Amino acid sequence: MRKQETKNVITELETYLESFSEFEKRAAGRNLPWLRSLREDAFARFCQVGFPTTHDEDWRFTNVSAIARTPFRLARNGFARVSQKELGPWRVAGVACQLVFVNGRFSRELSSMGNLPVGMKVNGLGKEIAGNPTEIEPHLGRYVDTQRDAFCALNTAFTEDGAYVHIRKGAVVEGPIYLLFISSAENSPSMSHPRNLIVAEEDSQAIIVEDYVSLDPGPAFCNTVTELVAGDRAVVAHYMIEREHREAFNISTLRIEQGRSASVTSHSVLLGGGLVRNNVHPVLMGEGGECLINGLFVGNGRQHLDNYMLVEHASPRCDSRQFYNGILDGNAHGVFHGRIIVHKDAQKTDAKQTNRNLLLSDEAQIDTKPQLEIYADDVKCTHGATIGQIEEDALFYLRSRGIDEVSARKLLLFAFATECLDRMKQGLVRKHIEGLINHSLFQVANTRAEARANSRKDEGRSWEEMG
Amino acid sequence: MSLLEIKNLYVEVDNHEILKGIDLRVNAGEMHSIMGPNGSGKSTLAQVLARRESYNVTRGEVSYDGKDLLAMKPEEAACEGIFMAFQYPVEIPGISNAYFLRSALNAIRRHRGLDEVDAMDFLPMFREKLKLLDMDEKLMNRSVNEDFSGGEKKRNEILQMAVLEPKLAILDETDSGLDIDALRIVAKGVNSMRSPERAIVVVTHYQRLLNYIVPDFVHVLVNGRIVRSGGPELALELEEKGYGSMEAGARQPAPA
Repeated sequence: MRKQETKNVITELETYLESFSEFEKRAAGRNLPWLRSLREDAFARFCQVGFPTTHDEDWRFTNVSAIARTPFRLARNGFARVSQKELGPWRVAGVACQLVFVNGRFSRELSSMGNLPVGMKVNGLGKEIAGNPTEIEPHLGRYVDTQRDAFCALNTAFTEDGAYVHIRKGAVVEGPIYLLFISSAENSPSMSHPRNLIVAEEDSQAIIVEDYVSLDPGPAFCNTVTELVAGDRAVVAHYMIEREHREAFNISTLRIEQGRSASVTSHSVLLGGGLVRNNVHPVLMGEGGECLINGLFVGNGRQHLDNYMLVEHASPRCDSRQFYNGILDGNAHGVFHGRIIVHKDAQKTDAKQTNRNLLLSDEAQIDTKPQLEIYADDVKCTHGATIGQIEEDALFYLRSRGIDEVSARKLLLFAFATECLDRMKQGLVRKHIEGLINHSLFQVANTRAEARANSRKDEGRSWEEMG
Repeated sequence: MSLLEIKNLYVEVDNHEILKGIDLRVNAGEMHSIMGPNGSGKSTLAQVLARRESYNVTRGEVSYDGKDLLAMKPEEAACEGIFMAFQYPVEIPGISNAYFLRSALNAIRRHRGLDEVDAMDFLPMFREKLKLLDMDEKLMNRSVNEDFSGGEKKRNEILQMAVLEPKLAILDETDSGLDIDALRIVAKGVNSMRSPERAIVVVTHYQRLLNYIVPDFVHVLVNGRIVRSGGPELALELEEKGYGSMEAGARQPAPA
């Protein structure tokens, strides 16, 4: 049998070549041989591998040809256009610090650095590459897979700026470190490749929030990679919030390297964006590590929200938990792909995976796929998935007590989403996210009520059909 | 004017005619019991009065408090003072009992032009009602009916009734599945709700509940029609003779 084509020829190769050669000439750290070869190797690999197609098992349910066909150019900085006032709605009070990135580029002027506690450092990655490369070199690009993963390769090729967070051994940072990524298309297809490096040394604790927003509509492609290193016994909570414009493409990869008895929680909340792919890839390197991957995705219209998890158990006695809830309305398409690899020596692994989905319309779609690869013999792995609708009985019960239909629907949706919220620690970030979810669900409940009242309109083509 | 007046009501569920010409008048202050064998249409009648939309009224009219009940949505009927205790209370994971009940109370209070009750004032307001129904306050923090025992669910229904203070309460087989202790508690709760302004309709299969809740009127529903109406003694007659004797009567056209 002829091998099926699993990669897209990069139709816009010219554009990428041009962008890359321009980029190489002016990029921060261009004189550092290790960084230069990291970028060059990654770019070469990107050109070889090409964008994935749906024949690639990892991309079976997500068609990225809309990204492949679009001639994206590196976004201009655009700082000048963004005023403090415009940032108002995105500010979050009470955080340890809020770093602002415009099209992937750190803006100290727009950031509020707060009173940072002793033992931690936050900065733009570009500034650290220029001023402090020896601290960056041991980690940058050491964890993500640039060989197989085209998007990680592309990000690495264009790695220049993003957030650098360093928590020193034993330091406990209680306030959230808030990273706000603003994308702006400026009327022409533009791309940015934010690259974040988070190093939490032994026995340290930190809370990191990545929040992706758009300043304006337009075809913006944000391809972000975060490498998170959690040293032995470190406790790190990572939050990813996607609430970009509906025309935005967002591909994100969170690669977590966990030491012995480290505990990492990853919370993904996908509410916005047009075509979104969120990769979460922890590797439990040290014995006794714990990893919780918690997610909620709420889609309507033509949104495509893909959640891809690859959990690697590389050491004995590690626990991993994946819990994802999806709410899909309109023509939205959700994907849950939960892959667990238990390596040969990872005995006493305890891995669990649960995906629950609510489909609110006939056109909404979910693909859910567990994939367990177990090479050790003494392990516990379970997985489960459910797909359902809002129960009419529950709806009637609430209404029969006087609660109007929209509120009743909202209550039931919120109850479903609460399962995910409950896995987040009480505090500022959870409150903030609760507000965002509430807002999204209220819109969903309203449109649902309207959809029932009016006859259904054609909401247009899905991303699949556009491919 | 009666609080509830049902005239010649025909109802279909999934294209099956279940109710075939019901006539019933209920005045404020009265307690009615509707009895009948399984499948006679008792629950259908209760659900139609609570405005379940999948039940299709093909003929007849229902006026409630001078208004057309059949034009109301479930939430409108509830806000106007109708309450149905469910035969099978629904479990709703993720919503606390207290939050649910407060949302319901506030929806109804808004409708009546009253101030909303905040979370602080809410529980103390009806602590006595919890006590009356022998319910642990902790149940209020649990998800609605989730992992409640059968008896807890039914008591929770009566608690909701006590808090929402309806004008017309319909209890759909609230007694079924209850042990005698739970039955007494539920009956105590129901009896405490009797008032000159309120009507209560108790739908039941067995006469047992009526030992504790004594109705003013008993109606026997067989095969979608009320075949006999009478005083509390009718329930005793049923207990003695069973529905068989009444079912024979049901083949005749219902008395006008």
